[in-house]
Amino acid sequence: MTAFATPTTESAIKEAVCDAVSQKKALRVCGGGTRSGIGQMVENAERLDVSGNAGIELYEPGSLTMVARAGTSMTEITSALDAENQMLAFEPIDHRPLLGTTGEPTLGGVVACNISGPRRFLSGACRDHLLGVRFIDGQGRLVKNGGRVMKNVTGLDLTKLMCGSFGTLGVISEVSLKVLPKPVCSASLQIEGVDEEQAVLLFCKALTTPYEVSGAAYQNGVAGLRIEGLETQVTYRIARLQALFPEHSMSILDGEVHSDLWKGLRDLHLFSGTIETVWRMSVKPTDAPAIVSHLKRKLAARVMLDHGGGTIWAGVPADITEQAASIRSVINTLGGHATLVRGSEELRRSADVFQPQATRLAAISKLLRQQFDPSGILNPGLMAA
Amino acid sequence: MSTISMPKPDQSVLDRKAIIVDALSSVLPVDSVISDERETHAYECDALTAYRCPPLAVVLPSTTEEVAAAMRICHQMGVPVVPRGAGTSLAGGSLPTADSVILGTARLKDVVEVDYDNRFIRVQTGVTNLSVTGHVEDDGFFYAPDPSSQLACAIAGNIAMNSGGAHCLKYGVTTNNLLGVKMVMTDGEVVELGGVAMDAPGLDLLGLICGSEGQLAIVTEATLRILPKPEGARPVMIGFDSAEVAGECVGNIIRSGVLPVAIEYMDRPCIRVVENFAKAGYPMCEALLIVEVEGSEAEIEDQLDRIVKIAEALDPVELRVSESLEESALIWKGRKSAFGAMGQINDYMCLDGTVPISALPFTLKRIGELSQEHGLEVANVFHAGDGNMHPLILFDANRPGDLERTEAFGADILRLCVEVGGCLTGEHGVGIEKRDLMLEQFTADDLECQMQVKDVFDPDWLLNAAKVFPLEVSEARRQRVN
Ligand SMILES: Cc1cc2nc3c(=O)[nH]c(=O)nc-3n(C[C@H](O)[C@H](O)[C@H](O)COP(=O)(O)OP(=O)(O)OC[C@H]3O[C@@H](n4cnc5c(N)ncnc54)[C@H](O)[C@@H]3O)c2cc1C
Repeated sequence: MTAFATPTTESAIKEAVCDAVSQKKALRVCGGGTRSGIGQMVENAERLDVSGNAGIELYEPGSLTMVARAGTSMTEITSALDAENQMLAFEPIDHRPLLGTTGEPTLGGVVACNISGPRRFLSGACRDHLLGVRFIDGQGRLVKNGGRVMKNVTGLDLTKLMCGSFGTLGVISEVSLKVLPKPVCSASLQIEGVDEEQAVLLFCKALTTPYEVSGAAYQNGVAGLRIEGLETQVTYRIARLQALFPEHSMSILDGEVHSDLWKGLRDLHLFSGTIETVWRMSVKPTDAPAIVSHLKRKLAARVMLDHGGGTIWAGVPADITEQAASIRSVINTLGGHATLVRGSEELRRSADVFQPQATRLAAISKLLRQQFDPSGILNPGLMAA
Repeated sequence: MSTISMPKPDQSVLDRKAIIVDALSSVLPVDSVISDERETHAYECDALTAYRCPPLAVVLPSTTEEVAAAMRICHQMGVPVVPRGAGTSLAGGSLPTADSVILGTARLKDVVEVDYDNRFIRVQTGVTNLSVTGHVEDDGFFYAPDPSSQLACAIAGNIAMNSGGAHCLKYGVTTNNLLGVKMVMTDGEVVELGGVAMDAPGLDLLGLICGSEGQLAIVTEATLRILPKPEGARPVMIGFDSAEVAGECVGNIIRSGVLPVAIEYMDRPCIRVVENFAKAGYPMCEALLIVEVEGSEAEIEDQLDRIVKIAEALDPVELRVSESLEESALIWKGRKSAFGAMGQINDYMCLDGTVPISALPFTLKRIGELSQEHGLEVANVFHAGDGNMHPLILFDANRPGDLERTEAFGADILRLCVEVGGCLTGEHGVGIEKRDLMLEQFTADDLECQMQVKDVFDPDWLLNAAKVFPLEVSEARRQRVN
């Protein structure tokens, strides 16, 4: 893809967008490009590389706040946080192992795609930790929304609207985030020899206790529960959870084995290096077993569960045609939504990557896009409607 | 008398009152349309009582379909609509205009579904905040956002204002606990956003609706996340003789890795009044912190130990860990009655700006100076853990000129909040109260962009117009429609 511009400042981004408007050029907005395979194909666009607009602008650990330019690499963000023993509680996925991409993920990419990991059901998604954004919309206007403080209801919340808009409403130039202290201690309880149905039952039981389970994922016959906190908390809570499931065989993991486990779950190592098509489904947790059984029977899928069953990751052999229709039909019956996260370009042209929306919602989205990007130059078509 | 103006009502609407009321009555049960002036007076204001105006009429639908029917009529006849929950807004969010129909949620009272396995509850939005917890607490669950007005305020208003509470340091505010909504668009179409399945595809319209102050649509049903109740909770009370040191203590606790559920702050003027009223045994000092932690007994001990160590290093004038349920209740009783106590001795105006935690001491000092300059007393009670301040300016509503001076002082404080990197409102919303200060925080483009979003949902500007955006900024749009 030809590079249209590589602006390194907010004002240069603004200029580039204005140029694109006047030259009627469609732009494919890129940070590190590590998630460029997600979304409907964007055709005939030139690359707007904003990874050079980088740097942490402000970090106040005592206020749990970080403000950074959107091109800042996640490596830089993480190492600054590490030095203060803090973290992004929404635990963003690093998509490189799954998508086979290289390069450096950027903060802007995480926000634009609303990327969150296993802790999402307890601590919220990326959007829940986002305090404010600055962006250049498709008219070349610099707009700010939200701010850098933890509570802010001043005006309409465009910050949430920008998060997960995949660069179709504006080019994010700066982000403020709420950060949190890292847990002092962390361990997991592994419950072995269970199937998906049993796993979801276990999860429902564990997540209705007051023990603040911060990870509940399943793969290869093993259900994992993660507990984080002070040492007293972790020891006590693990013991209480163990006592809940006397009929199962269990083991406790800590240290590196434990953290590697959750990193592997977060980054979907189960599917890394394989050629399957990968789907993510968000469902009501208790519906997960029925959906999984459909996926296995009809689509020979390999499956991982996250978020206590609320998220199903499925690897489907790439040569199964009609997989999108089959997945959507079961999802439409039970409720929820499915997103194609890794698929061939052909599939990303022919199938709906994102769950199609109800007519009125699609119409609202279209009207909103016309307001922010009247010439339709920002990642056109990436989110379909 | 007061300084916030409202646009002149639309005479053509006022003239058509009878026809409008007839049309509404033709689609709603007889007792759900109120047009008698003696009765519409009950809806003339919210908790910002200095501003009053009875509406043209009030409708109280009991189902989403009835809301839709009422909206279709108002849309067809070009009648402004002001959505209303329980009317506890402190920002004038549900203040009527003379040409508006109040659409109240008072009869949208059903609990539609409770699901413990999947940890959610679905309710009609007229239910009160506290009743949501009330509905699930016997089974060991609760709904986390807990505004002090929770006995009265409705989920509808909570969603519209994105309300917070004392425990939002740990659990977040309404938007973080809202999974989905059913809502009626201005033209009467019913749509659903979000739901039990997380992170719905497409643009985050749910995030946009939450906190939109009744500007975009009428929310009739909500799916809320419920959480298992913690095993226990216990506060510690820490007094300091300087605001700076108290601020430092807050920062140190937050950095340490203990995550309290609440860190509340009161200053001397507030402590004095509250102590007189609630007899909570508060020490007289410059700054009092109440820090609460949750968990099992051993977990609570461990967390409190750490907090006590942090506090002791800063030489507090008083430090008291609650040793019993009664003591905990007493410590909280003072804090929770702060607004009521203040109201008994004075009229007050409650502000709601947020500042970065690091700017708390400076902001408090400046507020003290401003108080001298304006010659009005101020008491501070607020959520220190997240920097959301609630300065209470004390005044006498019967003294001519006091309200105006209070509003001027309030505006200065809010400007100060923006200056130090914060915002005009942390949880109460803009309403009419901060409407004309919006350009302090936003540029014209920032506001234009927000208004363009309103254009999409409410092209005729019928919903709660004349709020949130400064009148002169929204004028062209409001005129266009008239
Ligand atoms: C003593 C006291 C203490 C308070 N403490 C807190 C606190 O701790 N935290 C906090 O955040 N707030 C607090 N508040 C403010 C207030 O209680 C909240 O803003 C509350 O959420 C308002 O709810 P309500 O049902 O009373 O809404 P209302 O006042 O009726 O309306 C509020 C806004 O919501 C809109 N609205 C109402 N219903 C709908 C609907 N169905 N669809 C769309 N829009 C709608 C209205 O138009 C209005 O703009 C307090 C208020 C008082 C009086």
